[in-house]
Amino acid sequence: MKRMQTNNRLLMWIDERLPIFSYSNENLVSYPTPKNLSYWWNYGSIAGIVLVIMIVTGIFLAMNYQPHADVAFQSVERIVRDVNYGWLLRNLHSNGASMFFIVVYIHIFRGLYFGSYKAPRELLWMIGVTIYVAMMATAFMGYVLPWGQMSFWGATVITNLFSAIPVIGDYIVVWIWGGFSVDAPTINRFFVWHYLLPMILFMLVVVHMWALHIHKSNNPLGIEIKSPADMMPFHPFYTIKDLYGLGIFMIIYMYFVFFAPDFFGEPDNYIPANPMVTPPHIVPEWYFLPFYAILRAIPDKLGGVIAMGSGILVLYILPWLDTSKIRSATYRPIYKQLFWIFVANALFLGWLGQKPAEGAYLIMGRLSTAYYFIFFFILPLVGKFEKPKQLPVSIFEEVAKKCRTKED
Amino acid sequence: MSDNSNTAPAGATAEQIENAPRRDFLLISTTTLGFTGVGMAMWPFIHSINPAKDVLALASTEVNLEAIEVGQAVTVMWRGKPVFIRHRSEEEIAEAASVNIDDLRDKQTDADRVQKPEWLIAVGVCTHLGCIPSGQKLGDKKGDFGGWFCPCHGSHYDSSGRIRKGPAPFNLRIPEYTFTDETSIVIG
Repeated sequence: MKRMQTNNRLLMWIDERLPIFSYSNENLVSYPTPKNLSYWWNYGSIAGIVLVIMIVTGIFLAMNYQPHADVAFQSVERIVRDVNYGWLLRNLHSNGASMFFIVVYIHIFRGLYFGSYKAPRELLWMIGVTIYVAMMATAFMGYVLPWGQMSFWGATVITNLFSAIPVIGDYIVVWIWGGFSVDAPTINRFFVWHYLLPMILFMLVVVHMWALHIHKSNNPLGIEIKSPADMMPFHPFYTIKDLYGLGIFMIIYMYFVFFAPDFFGEPDNYIPANPMVTPPHIVPEWYFLPFYAILRAIPDKLGGVIAMGSGILVLYILPWLDTSKIRSATYRPIYKQLFWIFVANALFLGWLGQKPAEGAYLIMGRLSTAYYFIFFFILPLVGKFEKPKQLPVSIFEEVAKKCRTKED
Repeated sequence: MSDNSNTAPAGATAEQIENAPRRDFLLISTTTLGFTGVGMAMWPFIHSINPAKDVLALASTEVNLEAIEVGQAVTVMWRGKPVFIRHRSEEEIAEAASVNIDDLRDKQTDADRVQKPEWLIAVGVCTHLGCIPSGQKLGDKKGDFGGWFCPCHGSHYDSSGRIRKGPAPFNLRIPEYTFTDETSIVIG
């Protein structure tokens, strides 16, 4: 590690024993970053900041929330009505979850487009997928906590997915519930998991950053850093770029917090949980909708659950499915088209997920699900037969070329 | 990081030197705005764990004194703490009034501590470390001065709730209260 240069003797004394200043300098200040990162590279840092906001608001909400079936609903209403700024904390937290998923989805699609999952970043990608899975579990259990009708029936439907497991399924569901239906023991343990998982998630993010800082960021050209001329120090160039992006993001986030706090929510969740009545139209939170559509596309209980699980787990083997050595889709004419169809298809699946599973919706859902998986499983062939475009020589040269065109 | 400092490095171009104050301005204004923003954003979090509206709404307690006979004491709950209400006898009032102020640790006359001499209303929390002194019930130890005795560390309070002996530094606190009529009070 390169030692920090300073004349402050106290800082030097500390740094010699615990090199936190050298470490921060190496990873946040002089950290070498490709010169050509676009705004698509903002979403990682935004996601990190949203995670911190979620943890902090969550801790303060937990100080007033009561994880008991009898009072959970009232305790959330009390937070919103009586606790000082409780409405703000609650809106920051509930909308923060949606924002977190928007940001992370963009972050994942960024990785897909620019081939950020390819060697030597496979583990970085896989840790990322694990973070995404942990996020989904955390979000699901968080949505159960207000104990409204959608919370209750969402919890019932999602936990019942496990009953599809042959032989032991029913026992597993009872084990998850701690009873014979979603009830007081369930909300109690979900609260514990909802508090614990983000801590694990945070540690996963640290490992994600660790892996990132070994081979550094990928870049829009998808070519390796070859010389110091290809790089810039992280600070001030990317700190300011990240801050600018964060500012724009916060405007959007705060718009929802202050002006449309229930935009992402379901009105039915303001009806207290009632185990005797299911609301007429059950939908999961929007960020689960594409997978919900896959689940419903398969006319078999176990098959649907397997398809839905595979839809997420396939991301783990993506680095080995994609055999092309070219990272950026900019230089992969066929992959680029497949990618954009995949993005459109994923959005379409999300739209289908909130429609009733019948008639034309069901047929479209099946076709859409088919493409979702076809995309992944033709990648080995695409890698073989696609003729990539000529890659640029270096990041520096490409950046310089752009600057020259601008001057002209 | 030499380019971290905003003084133009050796060999800087004229343009860089000219831009230096502009960069200083941007850096200082961004930092100021950032810190102010984060500082202001902290307030809702800090304030959220202050007493909430429903807690504040329950912050006063009404008591009807009619049923309390002379010599009798009742304990009511106010803001989660016991409040001692004692209907004092003539002797107790006289005794409390006769004490030489200079002998007291926390110098207060009995008149300063009551609105009506027959009613002593004090927060029943020992000013030492927060235990509840005994002396409200018939068989309780009342200490050497006929008031209250704290079992935790042996503080003795007199019939005016003043500290007379033991480690407590202050007299029993007198809560804010008002008589709404002859025999009713609102504490808080």
